Amino acid sequence: MASLRRFSPLPGFGLAMGYTLVYLAIIVVIPLTAVGAKTFTLGWDAFWAAVSSPRVVASYQLSFGASLLAAGINVVFGLIFAWVLVRYRFPGKGLVDSLVDLPFALPTAVAGIALATIYSQNGPVGKLLEPLGVEIAYTPKGVLLALVFIGLPFVVRTVQPVLADLEKEVEEAAAGLGASRWQTFCKIILPHIAPALLTGFAMAFARAVGEYGSVIFIAGNVPMVSEITPLMIITKLEQYDYAGATAVASVMLIISFVLLLIINGLQGWMQNRYARGA
Amino acid sequence: MSIAIRNISKRFGAFKALDDVSIDIPSGELVALLGPSGCGKTTLLRIIAGLDFADQGQILLEGDDASARHVRDRHVGFVFQHYALFRHMSVADNVAFGLRVKPRRLRPSEAEIKRRVKRLLELVQLDWLADRYPSQLSGGQRQRIALARALAVEPKVLLLDEPFGALDAKVRKELRRWLRQLHDEIHVTSVFVTHDQEEALEVSDRVVVINKGKVEQIGTPESVYDHPATPFVANFLGSVNLFHGRVENGHLHVGDDALALGSTDGSDGKAVAFVRPHEFDLVPGWEARGGLPARIVRIVSVGPSAQIELTHHDGELIEVTIGREAFRLLGLSEGDQVSLRPRHIRVFPSEAQAA
Amino acid sequence: MSASIALHAGSLERQETASTREPAWVRVVLVSVALTFFSVFLLLPLGTVFAEGLRKGWGAYFDAMVNPDAWSAIKLTLLVAVIAVPLNLVFGLAASWAIAKFEFRGKRVLITLIDLPFSVSPVISGLIYVLMFGAQGWFGPWFYEHDIKIIFAVPGIVLATIFVTFPFVARELIPLMEAQGSEEEEAAVVLGASGWQVFRYTTLPNIKWGLLYGVILCNARAMGEFGAVSVVSGHIRGQTNTMPLHVEILYNEYNYAAAFAVASLLAVLAIITLGLKTLVERQTRRQLQDIDTPSGE
Repeated sequence: MASLRRFSPLPGFGLAMGYTLVYLAIIVVIPLTAVGAKTFTLGWDAFWAAVSSPRVVASYQLSFGASLLAAGINVVFGLIFAWVLVRYRFPGKGLVDSLVDLPFALPTAVAGIALATIYSQNGPVGKLLEPLGVEIAYTPKGVLLALVFIGLPFVVRTVQPVLADLEKEVEEAAAGLGASRWQTFCKIILPHIAPALLTGFAMAFARAVGEYGSVIFIAGNVPMVSEITPLMIITKLEQYDYAGATAVASVMLIISFVLLLIINGLQGWMQNRYARGA
Repeated sequence: MSIAIRNISKRFGAFKALDDVSIDIPSGELVALLGPSGCGKTTLLRIIAGLDFADQGQILLEGDDASARHVRDRHVGFVFQHYALFRHMSVADNVAFGLRVKPRRLRPSEAEIKRRVKRLLELVQLDWLADRYPSQLSGGQRQRIALARALAVEPKVLLLDEPFGALDAKVRKELRRWLRQLHDEIHVTSVFVTHDQEEALEVSDRVVVINKGKVEQIGTPESVYDHPATPFVANFLGSVNLFHGRVENGHLHVGDDALALGSTDGSDGKAVAFVRPHEFDLVPGWEARGGLPARIVRIVSVGPSAQIELTHHDGELIEVTIGREAFRLLGLSEGDQVSLRPRHIRVFPSEAQAA
Repeated sequence: MSASIALHAGSLERQETASTREPAWVRVVLVSVALTFFSVFLLLPLGTVFAEGLRKGWGAYFDAMVNPDAWSAIKLTLLVAVIAVPLNLVFGLAASWAIAKFEFRGKRVLITLIDLPFSVSPVISGLIYVLMFGAQGWFGPWFYEHDIKIIFAVPGIVLATIFVTFPFVARELIPLMEAQGSEEEEAAVVLGASGWQVFRYTTLPNIKWGLLYGVILCNARAMGEFGAVSVVSGHIRGQTNTMPLHVEILYNEYNYAAAFAVASLLAVLAIITLGLKTLVERQTRRQLQDIDTPSGE
């Protein structure tokens, strides 16, 4: 270990590092490799059958589609939240700022039953929407709604500090050069916060794809219509189809991983183009 | 374009940043707003630009009242202390920004924009950096790009807020000489804010000294330096020795000693007097009449002049600068007793003294 | 990239000036949109939890709490948190010390691995322990022979909870300790402090608020975790039901008032968490300002 690191006068590296690695291996690394190992015990045909059955494919479409859409919605509203929190004063601002993290702090099952109740036919919002012919609970729309709920803080909290960081002078310079407020937003502010927006999008998306608790109550879990992929894993587990569950899980892991790699790459490229410091 | 500042006042809460300020700046001049930090000079500059608005008073640009005009419509160039370059744009795009955001009917063609950017970058001698990003430039280069960007829209007035404040001493000196040359070339009415008196005196046609939100004095560098109107100006511009005493019968009495005052216009009473270090003559010994007796504490004789620290017998420290050759001829060394004869004393009645 | 929300110590507000202010109607529209979204998406669900919980009156509300199954769920939830949080706290301290105070190869990989549990679906987090310790799992048969139950028992719930809350403390401390550098610790070493003294007297006072924040978040998630625990629990009433699982059972039995009554306890936990977070952020901001503005110029 000593040869891998630069000298430091501080004590405790061996102990801290050793403990970190052992704990990491026991809790995270070894159990996660079990997914890979279990997947390989399945032959290719069995694997393919498990991950490509129509019901599972429908769940991918819903999970990834709704997650992308939800993350996109979060980018828009998260930006508005971050904007008003950083720049405006309005009544209730302190409360809004504190409660933006609610989806992060509220146990997902609690959020799930609350959302299901609100948007069911008898719920306070569902009741209003029913005469309009809009059904949210127990449809894919309900899934989308729950995913928007849980993803919001990720965008707000990544964009907020970056927006606060943008020097006022830069915007003043743009105004002084004759730019309208809208031009300043599009040409100066948006490029500045784009990497943060993308990060927030990626985080909201990653969370949404894996989300379970807040979704299943409102989803209705209708096969081929409103089943999310994590539910498919649970369903297979309940049928003691461990291999099938693991196969679906590995597909989920791989797709999210690839998507995150792409987004990370994009973000790195954006940041490298104009390294900070101006 | 001329700028007229009329009775401008501005408060931030209980703090009076500007208090009834009026200044006239003729077309084509390079004017320095000089004052200590927090004196309101930057606020004034921002009000001229339209980045802030005054509570009272008017800003006239070329005789027209521009007080209510948005910064977008004032056609001023503004250069910020920390450059405020757009970090996600190349140098060329930064400079072109002001042209590209013009309404379509006023916007030059892309070819014309390219041509003008090139010309501006040549003007600031950085055309070889066109494709770089701001983070790849040095501080001095960034400030010159910021200047080129401000000039791109052909402003009638150029406003610079501590333009050299964030740069190190050497670059600073270079850049201010360069700014002076640039101004002589393009002759756009320019106002720059600084807390550095050397910078103000060296670069500007006229200096406006501001303190605590009020104008103390307006004048050419020579006149504000040689004929300070207030104790604050005397104290703020250049190093100076300060004496508290009484004026009686054309003499300034400091402790037991009396110094003859050239003119007798000042009224009698408590007074504060300023003498610059280079305005003393040294006479060996304490006998000389009409001088302050003092003892040499320390001599720093490096470069063209000698800096001598002396103590008056009441313990007050006095700084004197004289030519090194002249000092050598006096044959003085540390510990010697001398008489200090001021060639020039500025006396202000004591109650007018600035804090 | 991590799916956590970092503590922000810097000022998150900005003064606007005449030239950077939007027209009034834009401001009104934006604030209205935010407040509407806030009310519908955040306030309404929170209010619903309490309203539904109290729908049948306070009597029914308290009955739902003192029900033996509810009690055992509450006790189990507390037990799980009491085991998982300190373990992750110690890990977080060790990992952030090694990562923030030393330079070594493979640091980025290590940080990525620590972040990993955040990007894994809770369901998969439960699944991996089933694969390890379940009846058909790698170590399952061995434990079965020795009559130790992990899956569908408390140890499995604890393990899954540790996994999902694994990065919280480390994630808060690493950036904080990196930002603070090692100068103070080095000074302490030069002055002759022992390893423990260095940590106790220089590092800990600097990181205490970040540490507290990490622990708060870790605890909230540990008590509220649903997906991962659901997979490994087996849902045995009175034995392996945590509070969120108990909420689910009650809800699925159409016992809405009781479900929301128990849920309201968890909602209170969330509100306390957010309150503490706001407090800690204010503290850190103050601490930072003290550092940034030493007396004199």
